[in-house]
Amino acid sequence: MKRAASNATAGPVYKPRLSARAKRMRALEMFLGLILAVIVLAPVVWMLLSSVMLPVDLTAKPLKFIPDTLTFERYAQIFRSETSSDPAYVFRMALGNSLIVAVCVTLLSLVTGTMAAYAFAHVRFRGKGPLMMVILFTYMLPPAALIIPLYRIFTSLHWLDRKAPLIILYLSFIIPFIIWVMQDFFGSISRTFEEAAQVDGATRLQTLIHIFLPIARPGAIATGILAFLMSWDEFFYALIFTSSLNSKTMTIAIEEFNGKFTIDYGMISTAGILGSLIPVLITVIFQKYIVMGMTAGGVKE
Amino acid sequence: MRLRKGEERYAAGLLTPAMLIVFGVIIIPIITTFIYTLVNIDPLSSHQGEFAGLSFYIRTLRSSEFWADLGRTLHFTIASTALETILGLLIAVLLNQKFPGVAILRSIIIIPWAIPTVVNGSLWKLMLNGEYGVINAVLEKLHLISSYQSWLGNPKTAMWCIILADTWKMTPLAVIFFLAALQGIDQSIYEAARVDGAGALKSFFSITFPAVRPTMMVIIVMRTVEKFKAFDIFYLMTRGGPANSTKTLMYDTYLQAFTNLNFSEAATLAYLIALAVALLTLVYIRLMRREENA
Amino acid sequence: MKKSILMICSGLLAAAMCAAPVMAEDVTLTALFMKQAGYSEDDVNAMTAAFTESTGIKVEPTFVAYEELSPKILTSAATGGYDVILGDCIWPAQFAKAGLVLDVTDRVEALDLDDIYQGALDATKYEGRYYGMPWLNDVKYMFVNTELLAQAGIEEVPATWDELVADAQAVKEQGICEYPIVGCYAQAECLICDYTCIAGSFGGAFVDENNQPTLNSPENVAALDFMAQNLANGLCNPKSLEMIEDDVLSTFAAGNAVFAINWTYQYAAMNDESQSSVAGQGVITPIPGTDQAASATVNGGMPLMITAGSQHPDEAWEYMLFLASKEMQAKYCANALPIWKSLYTDEDVIATAGEEVVAASQVQFDYIVNRPMVPYYNELSVSMQSEIQKVLLGEKTAQEALDGLQATAEELAGK
Repeated sequence: MKRAASNATAGPVYKPRLSARAKRMRALEMFLGLILAVIVLAPVVWMLLSSVMLPVDLTAKPLKFIPDTLTFERYAQIFRSETSSDPAYVFRMALGNSLIVAVCVTLLSLVTGTMAAYAFAHVRFRGKGPLMMVILFTYMLPPAALIIPLYRIFTSLHWLDRKAPLIILYLSFIIPFIIWVMQDFFGSISRTFEEAAQVDGATRLQTLIHIFLPIARPGAIATGILAFLMSWDEFFYALIFTSSLNSKTMTIAIEEFNGKFTIDYGMISTAGILGSLIPVLITVIFQKYIVMGMTAGGVKE
Repeated sequence: MRLRKGEERYAAGLLTPAMLIVFGVIIIPIITTFIYTLVNIDPLSSHQGEFAGLSFYIRTLRSSEFWADLGRTLHFTIASTALETILGLLIAVLLNQKFPGVAILRSIIIIPWAIPTVVNGSLWKLMLNGEYGVINAVLEKLHLISSYQSWLGNPKTAMWCIILADTWKMTPLAVIFFLAALQGIDQSIYEAARVDGAGALKSFFSITFPAVRPTMMVIIVMRTVEKFKAFDIFYLMTRGGPANSTKTLMYDTYLQAFTNLNFSEAATLAYLIALAVALLTLVYIRLMRREENA
Repeated sequence: MKKSILMICSGLLAAAMCAAPVMAEDVTLTALFMKQAGYSEDDVNAMTAAFTESTGIKVEPTFVAYEELSPKILTSAATGGYDVILGDCIWPAQFAKAGLVLDVTDRVEALDLDDIYQGALDATKYEGRYYGMPWLNDVKYMFVNTELLAQAGIEEVPATWDELVADAQAVKEQGICEYPIVGCYAQAECLICDYTCIAGSFGGAFVDENNQPTLNSPENVAALDFMAQNLANGLCNPKSLEMIEDDVLSTFAAGNAVFAINWTYQYAAMNDESQSSVAGQGVITPIPGTDQAASATVNGGMPLMITAGSQHPDEAWEYMLFLASKEMQAKYCANALPIWKSLYTDEDVIATAGEEVVAASQVQFDYIVNRPMVPYYNELSVSMQSEIQKVLLGEKTAQEALDGLQATAEELAGK
């Protein structure tokens, strides 16, 4: 695994001289790579472009790929608007809500999920198999199966339209996912270190914290990013359980640009760019860990 | 095996916080919803409040609508999972080569995966728009189509549009998985094969493929579960249309509950979806075990 | 013994406290509204502030997109998540039967009903009882790009579908517009709205006077055939099948359509230069007719309702009445036309709402058709949407599809 990790980040190493065949091969690879880059980036570039195109240009036919006039009005509107009825303002607030919810969910799910996953991977207890099955089943249940009773319970607890209940809801499906991924990952980590530490007289909790967690760090970071993305992405619960600026998340704010009377493609694109910024930055920055953690977790050796 | 009791207590301590949150939230709703599948709670039905036994399950399984929904769900699930897996592997093989620019490619490939589903759905809907979508404009410019097409308004293409959008977003995940698996392969094996006169294709099938097989299984299981219960992208892009061509089981569950007020029917559908996913996962796990033992 | 006396005493005390008139100031209502259509969020907030000022009753309004209204109401109504809800006119029957909203017949009948448009009132009715207060008043109109029409040498806006088709043909043949007609025929409620208009103008109806389904009547079949025909011969934009209201608006606003059926809001939007390249070219007119009916439009009104779980129905009604009062409706008529007939002669109202809009509405309001006011309507609509699309795509004949829908409707009616 270590090898895979170090290779993943190492840049290409070039051999000094290439045969004609190898040259042709490299040309083909570069060509395919170029096509790949276009396919990956073109939609993002288009989203960026449509966020700064005039509404009239967006619906023009034939379409001008490079518009004459650019407008940054929509970005300004999102950052500056102070009227609570303005969808741009709502979006900005929703972005903040999404961030708070996602950060809380990530931290809480990592702590609790890691503990549970460790128990599944390295501690013996009765009923482990069935419990894992139940956890997996809860993850498979579509949210629509729970929504009506959940709504009734949340209403009676006065938990509607608040961030904390939303966090708890998200945890309820993200924790099972984390347990599922992490227990595989933990299972792949050898117990030799731990056993050695225990022989030295360390308590089990000490070994978990001082020996095991440092080894498990890349996996934890990768899982944390997954948890963040899942929370950031969530739509259905937010659709039902949020309604005002108190708790409305980014996904719902974007959906509201998309309604029966309100399709505003320029604004959807602007909101799309801003809504993607944080997760894209996080994944690009922590890419190394994602590659290390997720693959180690997924693939048992 | 030492200190069994202590082990169990330790496990309980570690498990409690997670289990408290998960089961605290879902245990009552799970049971309540299960009761809904057995008792008619549809507020519009003249049989409201009556015990229905298994009749909701029987009625659902007998309706042709259910099987049509299931067919469309499988269409989406299988096609997009297959595309993501195959493309993911091919792209990973490409990115595992050494050529100028590959480092940049490796870091940008992840971008689509990080884009939220809601944004992805809206973005593709905008690009596929029949009246002024950029995809129509590009295809027309390349003379691949003679006039703008209604991709999302045509039952033959709508599902493929959603598959396209989903594949664009999720293939990078498969690429990352495969890339790491590929990098775990000892390069000297390829050298040896080459010395033995094996071609690129042969070494792909005899070395690469076996090495990435376990990864492939993981991707397939993970993605199948996710796709089977996909909702957001359908809600955003087509809402089941045109002519029901993108109405999946999940979307139908939503319609039954929130448009038709058939709560019991929706609960039954939701349980059937969970069962179907569980069944699929069991089959996969079996297959994986067999693979490991082999 | 002592204990029970104590209990009785505290019981009496509690009863006395309940019986004492609740001070209005103590009440805070919650209300659910729609974002970005009809009255704006600012309008509603201003009306609400005025209400709180005059009554002391506080209101917390929530605004969500149209698409979120129904899931929010269905999940919350039973538990009283909101006191006042804004609902689409196709929901009262379903909500009433499901026991989600309160019967307000006595309160409504105390009003001057002769001054309220019948269509608006009808939309809150189920089995002879009223379940809401009409508030947002809207119907669909025909919008015509007269500039493009003039280019084809046509000066007159068509009054019948035959004329419209002939005009569309001329426009198309002269290469002025590839697809002169555009409709919102996506798999959504908007398709049924358009079909209701067209079926109505062919003399058709989806239910009879007793609310029994009549989906496969010859008039309905003819209307659906007509819609499919326009698509088949390229007069109607084939992309209509992926369009909802706002797509129709943007197609019209981009100058890519001559004829479009849409709600009142298109009038302001198509004349707004920042989002329209046809500002000043379009007119709002009644939907064309046939020899069966001079015109027909669909009721798109949205009534206010009180949820069954509300703890403050009296205050809720007071609030609804205030919002729907002539004073408020006259003041904020720029974004939504009033429900009160007498306001249409008010000069300020005419000036604010727009002379052309008021004129068109005065004709169009006489031809309002309601979508079936039956509890199973929403489920029927879901089936209708996909079946009608199959006809429009040429996969089924209108007769086949409507026969099937008639059977579906009969089955749903007997549920």
